[in-house]
Amino acid sequence: MRKVMTGNYASAYGAKAARAEVIPAYPITPQTSIVEKLAEFVSTGELRAKFVPVESEHSAMAACVSASILGARTYTATSSHGLALMHEVLMWASGARLPVVMTNVSRAMAPPWSVWADHMDSVAERDTGWMQFFCESNQEVLDTIIMAYKVCESRGIMLPAMIIEDAFILSHTSEPVDVPDQDAVDSFLPSYDPEMKLEVGKPMGFGSLVRPDQYMEFRYKSMLAMREARDRILSVETEFKQVFGRSYGGLLDEYMCDDAEVALVAAGSVAGTARTVVDRLRAKGMRVGLARIRAFRPFPFQEFRSLASKVSGIAVLDRSYTHGAAGAFFTEIQGALYDVPKRPAMKNYIAGLGGRDITPDVIERIFEDILVRCERGSDPEPEWIDVVGLPRRQS
Amino acid sequence: MSPVTIPEVEHAYPGSTGCPGCGANLVMRYLLKGLGERTILTIPACCWAVMPGYWPSHCLKVPMVYCAFEATGASLSGMRAALDMKGVEDVTVVGFAGDGGTVDIGLQALSGAAERETDALYVMYDNEAYMNTGIQRSGATPWGAWTATTPVGPSRDYKREPKKDIMSIMEAHGIPYAATVSVAHPEDFVKKAKKAKDVRGFKFIHALSPCPPGWKMNPMKTVEVARLAVDTNVFPLYEIENGRVRITKKGKGLPIKDYLSIQRRFGHLTEEEVKRMQESVDSSFKALEQREAREG
Repeated sequence: MRKVMTGNYASAYGAKAARAEVIPAYPITPQTSIVEKLAEFVSTGELRAKFVPVESEHSAMAACVSASILGARTYTATSSHGLALMHEVLMWASGARLPVVMTNVSRAMAPPWSVWADHMDSVAERDTGWMQFFCESNQEVLDTIIMAYKVCESRGIMLPAMIIEDAFILSHTSEPVDVPDQDAVDSFLPSYDPEMKLEVGKPMGFGSLVRPDQYMEFRYKSMLAMREARDRILSVETEFKQVFGRSYGGLLDEYMCDDAEVALVAAGSVAGTARTVVDRLRAKGMRVGLARIRAFRPFPFQEFRSLASKVSGIAVLDRSYTHGAAGAFFTEIQGALYDVPKRPAMKNYIAGLGGRDITPDVIERIFEDILVRCERGSDPEPEWIDVVGLPRRQS
Repeated sequence: MSPVTIPEVEHAYPGSTGCPGCGANLVMRYLLKGLGERTILTIPACCWAVMPGYWPSHCLKVPMVYCAFEATGASLSGMRAALDMKGVEDVTVVGFAGDGGTVDIGLQALSGAAERETDALYVMYDNEAYMNTGIQRSGATPWGAWTATTPVGPSRDYKREPKKDIMSIMEAHGIPYAATVSVAHPEDFVKKAKKAKDVRGFKFIHALSPCPPGWKMNPMKTVEVARLAVDTNVFPLYEIENGRVRITKKGKGLPIKDYLSIQRRFGHLTEEEVKRMQESVDSSFKALEQREAREG
């Protein structure tokens, strides 16, 4: 059924389609309409679930974790400071191998206060053991939630996933979205039936104390699971496409990269803008492409190495910044390409922090700059795009 | 002599890693005797996060979740919601947390769970400081006590603030049942646990849990000191049921120094300071008795 809806409603419809059973939620701008819609679904009986109105995001994730240990499919949503407050409990979810799925409406961190889009909140949680999926459209938000449950709940995986939609740009912008047929979703995503859960009559401790000679094995196993998730994400997407006719390009969604001289790497809603710029520049005869980071965790290691074999230059657009280093996407891609036979020229562009628009013009300039870099070589210094009134490094 | 009514069944195996004379071992033991095996625990960081033993050992015969330090209340709500979704109604979900995890870092989640009227029982075993990390003051440390962060050096920096009144805080949430229990009075303890189990809504039990290393006392005197806490009215045994208070076990009204003198954490107090504590205890207990008389 096609409906016009915001990214936030797409999240709510995704959780509903996935038949989330326990939904602990706390409001935060601009996530709030997700949990409002879910409260409505539960209230009208459209979704059979327990809506738990917790008193903080920390408690939202803690309630998800405990409900999940008892075998319930859980969902919550948050944004920026709420995600940061959850930080500790994110690790409880991944450490206990619980397939919690959550939407993060990616928003800048204060101070100074900003409720608008950037990826600092999400990127800061990359080491928590969660899969992270950046979405480009509202349809992708809805579909990725359904796919994420199937990936997360796979026996060999059992890890949580974060579905990331850009604040306002997706969360509050309406697009036509196909809400998949419930019967089709039900057969694609069976009810949650974990191998291990806590039950009365089966006494055990979930999350016990381990000694130094035991701890590493637990982490090693979750590392293996996250590695295995790469293939699982691809196979689940293939299956999703067979049933619902849509797919999103796996871990790294390439657009016009096969014959490209340079590629722009970006994540989230800006990819939509970048596609139109690629089309425009292609029409002028420039061989440019887009490689959209769809999964940041697990990191598309092989995909980037394959991209590097095709292009001479890679521009990395980070919508966040790791102080004292560079954009996180950039440093990780650099690391992945250290020992490839032919290293492309690379440059990092920091743009769109705190909701600043990343316009087609900005992306066009990045493409022009990276084309120059192919001859001049890599630039180790990140460029902050259009920072006004402050001293800027001359290049 | 009246017959002993404590159930003989044990829901905890021997082998907890608690210290010799640990009061919290007894709190868990009596609590589970009252609640029975259809119980699921959630336990945050505290002594009891370590005491069940190293993985894969587990000394309890009931399942338990380990939760984040400040998250017990939220964990309870999540567990209850999951059980409700599965149609499991006859299981008691229990948060079992120390005093720091309750009156300090866990107070927000506890308050949230109480306000949400989560059908669960929260038990605070109160050893009156952060004992698992080595005896640092908590909001539940009583006035006058030495701890590692309220050292009694030349400036006599013992705890200068009164113990946070968690029972009043919980009562202010309008919960249907709250009670204090003592490991020196297991029959009263087990009776209250059973009662709490049968009340629907959010229930709170405050258990005084003597800690020999933290209270600087002989580990053989755990039950004795717990009994003295009741007999000196430092820790009166009462319950608040739907807003009405009832003292369930009258103490002997012994002088507070009998309780203080067997714990070296109070050894630095002068006679004047002990007198001040006595006055404070007398006034609190009198208020409790008057309230009971009013509501009785």
